[in-house]
Amino acid sequence: MSTEPTVTEADLQAYADGRLGVERRAEVESWLAARPEDAERVAAYRRLGDALRAAYDPVLAEPVPQYLESTAARRPRARRIAAVAGWITLGALLGALAGWEARDWRRPAGQPLAEGAVMARRAAIAHATYSPEVRHPVEVGADQEEHLVAWLSKRVGARVRAPKLDEVGMALVGGRLLPGESGPVALFMYQTAAGRRLTLYIRAEAKGNRETAFRYARENNVSVFYWIERDCGYAISSADLSKEELLHIATLVYRQLEP
Amino acid sequence: MNEAERLVELIPRLRRYARALVGDRASADDLVQDTLERAWAKLHLYRRGTDLRAWLFTVMHNVHVNKVRATRVTATLEDELPELAQRASQGDALLVRDLDRAIARLPTEQRSVLLLVTLEEMSYEEVAHALGIPIGTVMSRLSRAREKLRMMMLGQGAAAKLKVVK
Repeated sequence: MSTEPTVTEADLQAYADGRLGVERRAEVESWLAARPEDAERVAAYRRLGDALRAAYDPVLAEPVPQYLESTAARRPRARRIAAVAGWITLGALLGALAGWEARDWRRPAGQPLAEGAVMARRAAIAHATYSPEVRHPVEVGADQEEHLVAWLSKRVGARVRAPKLDEVGMALVGGRLLPGESGPVALFMYQTAAGRRLTLYIRAEAKGNRETAFRYARENNVSVFYWIERDCGYAISSADLSKEELLHIATLVYRQLEP
Repeated sequence: MNEAERLVELIPRLRRYARALVGDRASADDLVQDTLERAWAKLHLYRRGTDLRAWLFTVMHNVHVNKVRATRVTATLEDELPELAQRASQGDALLVRDLDRAIARLPTEQRSVLLLVTLEEMSYEEVAHALGIPIGTVMSRLSRAREKLRMMMLGQGAAAKLKVVK
Protein backbone atom coordinates (compact mmCIF):
# COMPACT_ATOMS: atom_id res chain seq x y z
CA MET A 1 0.00 0.00 0.00
CA SER A 2 2.68 2.44 1.00
CA THR A 3 4.79 2.33 -2.14
CA GLU A 4 2.01 2.68 -4.69
CA PRO A 5 3.23 4.77 -7.62
CA THR A 6 1.52 8.04 -8.48
CA VAL A 7 -0.43 7.83 -11.70
CA THR A 8 -1.41 11.06 -13.41
CA GLU A 9 -4.16 11.78 -15.90
CA ALA A 10 -1.47 12.10 -18.56
CA ASP A 11 -0.33 8.56 -17.73
CA LEU A 12 -3.86 7.30 -18.22
CA GLN A 13 -4.09 8.99 -21.63
CA ALA A 14 -0.75 7.53 -22.65
CA TYR A 15 -1.90 4.15 -21.38
CA ALA A 16 -5.07 4.39 -23.46
CA ASP A 17 -2.88 5.18 -26.47
CA GLY A 18 -0.58 2.25 -25.73
CA ARG A 19 2.40 4.54 -25.43
CA LEU A 20 3.88 3.62 -22.08
CA GLY A 21 7.03 1.59 -21.57
CA VAL A 22 6.68 -1.92 -20.21
CA GLU A 23 7.47 -0.97 -16.64
CA ARG A 24 5.24 2.05 -16.43
CA ARG A 25 2.45 0.17 -18.11
CA ALA A 26 2.57 -2.51 -15.42
CA GLU A 27 2.38 0.15 -12.74
CA VAL A 28 -0.61 1.81 -14.33
CA GLU A 29 -2.29 -1.55 -14.74
CA SER A 30 -1.94 -2.40 -11.08
CA TRP A 31 -3.17 1.08 -10.17
CA LEU A 32 -6.22 0.60 -12.38
CA ALA A 33 -6.87 -2.85 -10.99
CA ALA A 34 -7.79 -1.20 -7.71
CA ARG A 35 -9.99 1.43 -9.39
CA PRO A 36 -12.68 -0.14 -11.55
CA GLU A 37 -14.27 3.19 -12.48
CA ASP A 38 -11.05 4.58 -13.89
CA ALA A 39 -10.39 1.26 -15.56
CA GLU A 40 -13.76 1.44 -17.30
CA ARG A 41 -13.14 5.04 -18.30
CA VAL A 42 -9.78 4.19 -19.88
CA ALA A 43 -11.30 1.19 -21.63
CA ALA A 44 -13.94 3.52 -23.07
CA TYR A 45 -11.19 5.80 -24.39
CA ARG A 46 -9.68 2.83 -26.16
CA ARG A 47 -12.98 1.86 -27.70
CA LEU A 48 -13.42 5.46 -28.81
CA GLY A 49 -10.07 5.32 -30.57
CA ASP A 50 -11.07 2.11 -32.34
CA ALA A 51 -14.38 3.66 -33.37
CA LEU A 52 -12.64 6.74 -34.77
CA ARG A 53 -10.24 4.69 -36.80
CA ALA A 54 -13.01 2.43 -38.03
CA ALA A 55 -15.02 5.47 -39.07
CA TYR A 56 -12.33 7.43 -40.88
CA ASP A 57 -9.69 4.99 -42.04
CA PRO A 58 -11.83 4.05 -45.05
CA VAL A 59 -11.13 7.56 -46.39
CA LEU A 60 -7.53 6.41 -46.98
CA ALA A 61 -8.76 3.94 -49.56
CA GLU A 62 -10.98 6.36 -51.44
CA PRO A 63 -9.76 7.39 -54.88
CA VAL A 64 -8.11 10.80 -54.72
CA PRO A 65 -9.88 13.47 -56.80
CA GLN A 66 -7.80 14.48 -59.79
CA TYR A 67 -7.75 18.17 -58.93
CA LEU A 68 -6.20 17.47 -55.54
CA GLU A 69 -3.47 15.41 -57.11
CA SER A 70 -2.81 18.13 -59.68
CA THR A 71 -2.52 20.75 -56.96
CA ALA A 72 -0.20 18.58 -54.89
CA ALA A 73 2.01 17.78 -57.87
CA ARG A 74 1.71 21.29 -59.30
CA ARG A 75 0.78 19.81 -62.61
CA PRO A 76 -0.76 22.10 -65.17
CA ARG A 77 -4.46 21.64 -65.08
CA ALA A 78 -4.62 19.97 -68.46
CA ARG A 79 -6.96 17.31 -67.24
CA ARG A 80 -9.36 19.73 -65.69
CA ILE A 81 -9.45 21.63 -68.92
CA ALA A 82 -10.04 18.40 -70.78
CA ALA A 83 -12.87 17.58 -68.39
CA VAL A 84 -14.48 20.95 -68.96
CA ALA A 85 -14.05 20.56 -72.70
CA GLY A 86 -15.77 17.20 -72.38
CA TRP A 87 -18.71 18.79 -70.64
CA ILE A 88 -18.93 21.49 -73.26
CA THR A 89 -18.97 18.93 -76.04
CA LEU A 90 -21.61 16.95 -74.21
CA GLY A 91 -23.53 20.15 -73.65
CA ALA A 92 -23.38 20.98 -77.31
CA LEU A 93 -24.55 17.49 -78.24
CA LEU A 94 -27.41 17.57 -75.78
CA GLY A 95 -28.25 21.08 -76.90
CA ALA A 96 -28.40 19.94 -80.50
CA LEU A 97 -30.54 17.01 -79.49
CA ALA A 98 -32.80 19.31 -77.50
CA GLY A 99 -33.10 21.62 -80.47
CA TRP A 100 -34.04 18.73 -82.67
CA GLU A 101 -36.67 17.56 -80.22
CA ALA A 102 -37.95 21.06 -79.85
CA ARG A 103 -38.50 21.24 -83.61
CA ASP A 104 -40.33 18.00 -83.40
CA TRP A 105 -42.55 19.29 -80.64
CA ARG A 106 -43.33 22.48 -82.42
CA ARG A 107 -45.52 20.77 -84.93
CA PRO A 108 -48.43 19.61 -82.76
CA ALA A 109 -49.92 21.84 -80.08
CA GLY A 110 -47.67 24.75 -79.30
CA GLN A 111 -44.36 25.94 -78.09
CA PRO A 112 -44.50 26.13 -74.30
CA LEU A 113 -43.91 22.48 -73.50
CA ALA A 114 -41.04 22.14 -75.94
CA GLU A 115 -39.59 25.40 -74.81
CA GLY A 116 -39.80 24.24 -71.24
CA ALA A 117 -38.22 20.91 -72.08
CA VAL A 118 -35.28 22.65 -73.73
CA MET A 119 -34.90 24.82 -70.69
CA ALA A 120 -35.02 21.81 -68.35
CA ARG A 121 -32.27 20.12 -70.29
CA ARG A 122 -30.09 23.20 -70.30
CA ALA A 123 -30.68 23.65 -66.61
CA ALA A 124 -29.65 20.04 -65.97
CA ILE A 125 -26.47 20.50 -67.98
CA ALA A 126 -25.65 23.67 -66.07
CA HIS A 127 -26.24 21.82 -62.82
CA ALA A 128 -24.04 18.89 -63.83
CA THR A 129 -21.31 21.28 -64.93
CA TYR A 130 -21.13 23.61 -61.96
CA SER A 131 -22.43 21.81 -58.91
CA PRO A 132 -19.42 19.43 -58.58
CA GLU A 133 -17.10 22.45 -58.64
CA VAL A 134 -15.30 22.76 -55.33
CA ARG A 135 -13.22 25.85 -55.95
CA HIS A 136 -15.33 27.97 -58.25
CA PRO A 137 -18.96 26.93 -58.09
CA VAL A 138 -20.13 30.51 -58.66
CA GLU A 139 -18.89 33.74 -60.19
CA VAL A 140 -20.26 36.01 -57.48
CA GLY A 141 -20.63 34.75 -53.93
CA ALA A 142 -23.58 35.12 -51.60
CA ASP A 143 -21.62 37.71 -49.62
CA GLN A 144 -22.36 40.11 -52.49
CA GLU A 145 -25.96 39.03 -52.94
CA GLU A 146 -27.33 42.48 -53.66
CA HIS A 147 -24.80 43.11 -56.37
CA LEU A 148 -25.32 39.60 -57.76
CA VAL A 149 -29.08 40.01 -58.05
CA ALA A 150 -28.82 43.47 -59.61
CA TRP A 151 -26.22 42.31 -62.10
CA LEU A 152 -28.13 39.19 -63.15
CA SER A 153 -31.42 41.10 -63.44
CA LYS A 154 -29.76 43.61 -65.71
CA ARG A 155 -28.14 41.00 -67.94
CA VAL A 156 -31.09 38.64 -68.11
CA GLY A 157 -33.44 41.50 -68.81
CA ALA A 158 -36.03 40.60 -66.18
CA ARG A 159 -36.34 41.06 -62.47
CA VAL A 160 -34.48 38.12 -61.01
CA ARG A 161 -34.52 37.25 -57.32
CA ALA A 162 -32.70 34.73 -55.16
CA PRO A 163 -35.30 33.05 -52.94
CA LYS A 164 -34.52 32.29 -49.29
CA LEU A 165 -34.35 28.58 -48.61
CA ASP A 166 -33.15 28.64 -45.00
CA GLU A 167 -36.23 26.77 -43.83
CA VAL A 168 -35.05 23.69 -45.72
CA GLY A 169 -31.46 24.19 -44.58
CA MET A 170 -30.20 25.53 -47.90
CA ALA A 171 -28.02 28.61 -48.03
CA LEU A 172 -27.22 30.66 -51.12
CA VAL A 173 -23.71 29.97 -52.40
CA GLY A 174 -23.89 32.60 -55.11
CA GLY A 175 -24.63 32.80 -58.79
CA ARG A 176 -23.37 33.12 -62.32
CA LEU A 177 -24.40 34.22 -65.77
CA LEU A 178 -24.82 31.61 -68.51
CA PRO A 179 -25.50 31.78 -72.22
CA GLY A 180 -29.03 30.63 -73.06
CA GLU A 181 -30.60 29.88 -76.43
CA SER A 182 -32.17 33.33 -76.65
CA GLY A 183 -30.12 35.44 -74.26
CA PRO A 184 -28.26 35.40 -70.96
CA VAL A 185 -29.53 33.18 -68.17
CA ALA A 186 -29.09 33.46 -64.39
CA LEU A 187 -28.00 30.51 -62.30
CA PHE A 188 -28.17 30.55 -58.50
CA MET A 189 -26.59 27.84 -56.42
CA TYR A 190 -27.65 26.73 -52.95
CA GLN A 191 -26.25 24.16 -50.60
CA THR A 192 -26.87 22.50 -47.25
CA ALA A 193 -24.32 22.48 -44.48
CA ALA A 194 -23.39 19.00 -45.65
CA GLY A 195 -22.73 20.19 -49.18
CA ARG A 196 -25.86 18.96 -50.99
CA ARG A 197 -26.47 21.35 -53.81
CA LEU A 198 -29.25 22.61 -56.00
CA THR A 199 -29.27 25.19 -58.75
CA LEU A 200 -32.02 27.56 -59.84
CA TYR A 201 -31.95 28.50 -63.52
CA ILE A 202 -33.87 31.63 -64.53
CA ARG A 203 -34.35 33.01 -68.01
CA ALA A 204 -36.48 35.74 -69.47
CA GLU A 205 -39.42 34.44 -71.50
CA ALA A 206 -40.60 35.80 -74.80
CA LYS A 207 -43.97 37.52 -74.53
CA GLY A 208 -45.85 34.82 -76.38
CA ASN A 209 -44.85 31.92 -74.14
CA ARG A 210 -47.73 30.92 -71.99
CA GLU A 211 -47.45 29.98 -68.36
CA THR A 212 -47.14 26.35 -67.45
CA ALA A 213 -47.69 24.19 -64.42
CA PHE A 214 -44.80 22.44 -62.71
CA ARG A 215 -43.20 19.83 -64.89
CA TYR A 216 -40.66 17.25 -63.99
CA ALA A 217 -37.72 15.99 -66.04
CA ARG A 218 -34.77 13.80 -65.31
CA GLU A 219 -31.41 13.96 -67.11
CA ASN A 220 -29.04 11.21 -66.04
CA ASN A 221 -29.05 11.63 -62.27
CA VAL A 222 -30.24 15.23 -62.24
CA SER A 223 -33.85 15.91 -61.29
CA VAL A 224 -35.43 19.08 -62.65
CA PHE A 225 -38.69 20.86 -61.88
CA TYR A 226 -39.50 23.65 -64.27
CA TRP A 227 -42.26 26.08 -64.98
CA ILE A 228 -42.96 29.34 -66.78
CA GLU A 229 -44.55 32.18 -64.89
CA ARG A 230 -45.22 35.62 -66.33
CA ASP A 231 -42.03 36.86 -67.92
CA CYS A 232 -39.61 34.24 -66.63
CA GLY A 233 -38.88 30.55 -67.03
CA TYR A 234 -37.58 28.70 -63.97
CA ALA A 235 -35.86 25.37 -63.59
CA ILE A 236 -34.66 23.98 -60.32
CA SER A 237 -32.20 21.08 -60.50
CA SER A 238 -30.37 18.78 -58.16
CA ALA A 239 -28.50 15.52 -58.26
CA ASP A 240 -28.34 15.38 -54.46
CA LEU A 241 -32.02 15.65 -53.52
CA SER A 242 -34.91 13.29 -54.13
CA LYS A 243 -37.81 14.20 -56.39
CA GLU A 244 -40.04 14.82 -53.37
CA GLU A 245 -37.55 17.10 -51.66
CA LEU A 246 -36.98 19.01 -54.86
CA LEU A 247 -40.72 19.42 -55.44
CA HIS A 248 -41.11 20.75 -51.93
CA ILE A 249 -38.34 23.28 -52.56
CA ALA A 250 -39.73 24.17 -56.00
CA THR A 251 -43.07 24.99 -54.36
CA LEU A 252 -41.28 27.17 -51.86
CA VAL A 253 -39.43 28.98 -54.61
CA TYR A 254 -42.59 29.40 -56.64
CA ARG A 255 -44.41 30.96 -53.69
CA GLN A 256 -41.57 33.34 -52.94
CA LEU A 257 -41.13 34.48 -56.50
CA GLU A 258 -44.83 35.19 -56.93
CA PRO A 259 -45.03 38.95 -57.33
CA MET B 1 11.41 11.50 -53.89
CA ASN B 2 10.78 15.19 -54.44
CA GLU B 3 8.29 17.38 -52.57
CA ALA B 4 5.60 17.07 -55.22
CA GLU B 5 5.65 13.29 -55.03
CA ARG B 6 5.60 13.30 -51.27
CA LEU B 7 2.71 15.74 -51.21
CA VAL B 8 0.74 13.51 -53.54
CA GLU B 9 1.53 10.55 -51.33
CA LEU B 10 0.23 12.35 -48.25
CA ILE B 11 -3.13 13.37 -49.76
CA PRO B 12 -5.10 10.36 -48.42
CA ARG B 13 -3.96 11.11 -44.88
CA LEU B 14 -4.81 14.78 -45.22
CA ARG B 15 -8.24 13.81 -46.50
CA ARG B 16 -8.86 11.41 -43.62
CA TYR B 17 -7.95 14.02 -41.05
CA ALA B 18 -9.91 16.74 -42.83
CA ARG B 19 -13.00 14.53 -43.07
CA ALA B 20 -12.98 13.92 -39.35
CA LEU B 21 -12.22 17.57 -38.66
CA VAL B 22 -14.93 19.21 -40.74
CA GLY B 23 -17.46 16.42 -41.30
CA ASP B 24 -18.65 16.54 -44.88
CA ARG B 25 -16.70 15.44 -47.89
CA ALA B 26 -16.91 18.58 -50.01
CA SER B 27 -15.70 20.93 -47.28
CA ALA B 28 -13.02 18.44 -46.27
CA ASP B 29 -11.62 18.22 -49.79
CA ASP B 30 -11.87 21.98 -50.03
CA LEU B 31 -9.71 22.20 -46.92
CA VAL B 32 -7.20 19.74 -48.40
CA GLN B 33 -7.05 21.76 -51.60
CA ASP B 34 -6.44 25.00 -49.72
CA THR B 35 -3.81 23.27 -47.60
CA LEU B 36 -1.94 22.02 -50.66
CA GLU B 37 -2.01 25.45 -52.24
CA ARG B 38 -0.80 27.07 -49.05
CA ALA B 39 1.89 24.42 -48.70
CA TRP B 40 3.28 25.31 -52.12
CA ALA B 41 3.15 29.00 -51.34
CA LYS B 42 4.97 28.48 -48.04
CA LEU B 43 7.31 25.71 -49.04
CA HIS B 44 10.33 27.95 -48.53
CA LEU B 45 9.47 27.91 -44.82
CA TYR B 46 9.65 24.14 -44.66
CA ARG B 47 13.05 22.89 -43.59
CA ARG B 48 14.25 20.01 -45.70
CA GLY B 49 15.01 16.88 -43.80
CA THR B 50 12.36 17.59 -41.16
CA ASP B 51 9.04 15.81 -41.12
CA LEU B 52 7.04 17.03 -44.12
CA ARG B 53 3.93 15.29 -42.82
CA ALA B 54 3.99 17.13 -39.50
CA TRP B 55 4.62 20.40 -41.30
CA LEU B 56 1.65 19.79 -43.63
CA PHE B 57 -0.63 19.16 -40.69
CA THR B 58 0.54 22.43 -39.20
CA VAL B 59 -0.36 24.17 -42.45
CA MET B 60 -3.75 22.46 -42.51
CA HIS B 61 -4.41 23.43 -38.93
CA ASN B 62 -3.71 27.08 -39.68
CA VAL B 63 -5.81 27.07 -42.83
CA HIS B 64 -8.66 25.48 -40.92
CA VAL B 65 -8.49 27.90 -38.01
CA ASN B 66 -8.57 30.83 -40.42
CA LYS B 67 -11.51 29.35 -42.29
CA VAL B 68 -13.50 28.76 -39.13
CA ARG B 69 -12.84 32.31 -38.11
CA ALA B 70 -13.92 33.58 -41.51
CA THR B 71 -17.19 31.68 -41.86
CA ARG B 72 -18.92 30.76 -38.60
CA VAL B 73 -22.19 30.98 -40.47
CA THR B 74 -22.53 27.68 -42.26
CA ALA B 75 -24.00 25.72 -39.37
CA THR B 76 -27.56 25.87 -40.66
CA LEU B 77 -30.59 23.70 -40.38
CA GLU B 78 -29.24 20.58 -42.01
CA ASP B 79 -31.03 18.46 -39.45
CA GLU B 80 -34.37 19.91 -40.38
CA LEU B 81 -34.34 18.66 -43.94
CA PRO B 82 -36.95 15.92 -44.10
CA GLU B 83 -35.76 12.32 -44.37
CA LEU B 84 -33.05 12.43 -46.97
CA ALA B 85 -32.89 9.80 -49.63
CA GLN B 86 -29.29 8.70 -49.11
CA ARG B 87 -29.53 8.47 -45.35
CA ALA B 88 -29.55 4.70 -45.12
CA SER B 89 -30.20 3.67 -41.56
CA GLN B 90 -27.67 0.87 -41.39
CA GLY B 91 -26.02 0.29 -38.08
CA ASP B 92 -22.52 1.23 -39.16
CA ALA B 93 -23.51 4.34 -41.04
CA LEU B 94 -25.50 5.41 -38.02
CA LEU B 95 -22.55 4.99 -35.73
CA VAL B 96 -20.31 7.00 -38.04
CA ARG B 97 -22.87 9.76 -38.14
CA ASP B 98 -23.26 9.82 -34.37
CA LEU B 99 -19.52 9.97 -34.06
CA ASP B 100 -19.40 12.74 -36.66
CA ARG B 101 -21.89 14.76 -34.69
CA ALA B 102 -20.21 14.12 -31.38
CA ILE B 103 -16.83 15.16 -32.76
CA ALA B 104 -18.35 18.25 -34.32
CA ARG B 105 -19.47 19.33 -30.87
CA LEU B 106 -15.94 19.35 -29.51
CA PRO B 107 -14.10 22.67 -29.53
CA THR B 108 -11.80 22.81 -32.56
CA GLU B 109 -8.61 22.82 -30.53
CA GLN B 110 -9.59 19.66 -28.67
CA ARG B 111 -10.76 17.98 -31.84
CA SER B 112 -7.43 18.60 -33.59
CA VAL B 113 -5.44 17.10 -30.73
CA LEU B 114 -7.62 14.03 -30.46
CA LEU B 115 -7.56 13.38 -34.21
CA LEU B 116 -3.84 13.87 -34.63
CA VAL B 117 -3.18 11.45 -31.77
CA THR B 118 -5.79 8.88 -32.72
CA LEU B 119 -5.90 8.93 -36.52
CA GLU B 120 -2.44 10.20 -37.39
CA GLU B 121 -0.88 8.43 -34.41
CA MET B 122 1.44 11.37 -33.87
CA SER B 123 3.47 11.38 -30.68
CA TYR B 124 2.41 13.95 -28.09
CA GLU B 125 5.59 15.91 -28.86
CA GLU B 126 4.77 15.96 -32.56
CA VAL B 127 1.26 17.20 -31.85
CA ALA B 128 2.62 19.94 -29.57
CA HIS B 129 5.00 20.96 -32.30
CA ALA B 130 2.44 20.80 -35.11
CA LEU B 131 -0.11 22.90 -33.23
CA GLY B 132 2.42 25.19 -31.60
CA ILE B 133 1.28 24.48 -28.04
CA PRO B 134 3.05 23.11 -24.92
CA ILE B 135 2.88 19.39 -24.36
CA GLY B 136 0.97 19.90 -21.11
CA THR B 137 -1.76 21.57 -23.15
CA VAL B 138 -1.79 18.64 -25.56
CA MET B 139 -2.38 16.27 -22.67
CA SER B 140 -5.14 18.33 -21.05
CA ARG B 141 -6.94 18.88 -24.37
CA LEU B 142 -6.68 15.19 -25.16
CA SER B 143 -8.09 14.29 -21.80
CA ARG B 144 -10.95 16.77 -22.06
CA ALA B 145 -11.83 15.74 -25.61
CA ARG B 146 -12.03 12.08 -24.67
CA GLU B 147 -14.04 12.65 -21.56
CA LYS B 148 -16.54 14.81 -23.45
CA LEU B 149 -16.95 12.23 -26.19
CA ARG B 150 -17.34 9.47 -23.64
CA MET B 151 -20.09 11.42 -21.92
CA MET B 152 -21.87 12.11 -25.19
CA MET B 153 -21.70 8.47 -26.18
CA LEU B 154 -22.90 7.39 -22.73
CA GLY B 155 -25.78 9.81 -23.08
CA GLN B 156 -26.75 8.30 -26.41
CA GLY B 157 -26.49 4.80 -25.03
CA ALA B 158 -28.77 5.74 -22.17
CA ALA B 159 -31.26 7.33 -24.53
CA ALA B 160 -31.25 4.25 -26.74
CA LYS B 161 -31.86 1.99 -23.76
CA LEU B 162 -34.76 4.13 -22.62
CA LYS B 163 -36.36 3.81 -26.02
CA VAL B 164 -35.96 0.06 -26.00
CA VAL B 165 -37.57 -0.22 -22.56
CA LYS B 166 -40.53 1.80 -23.74
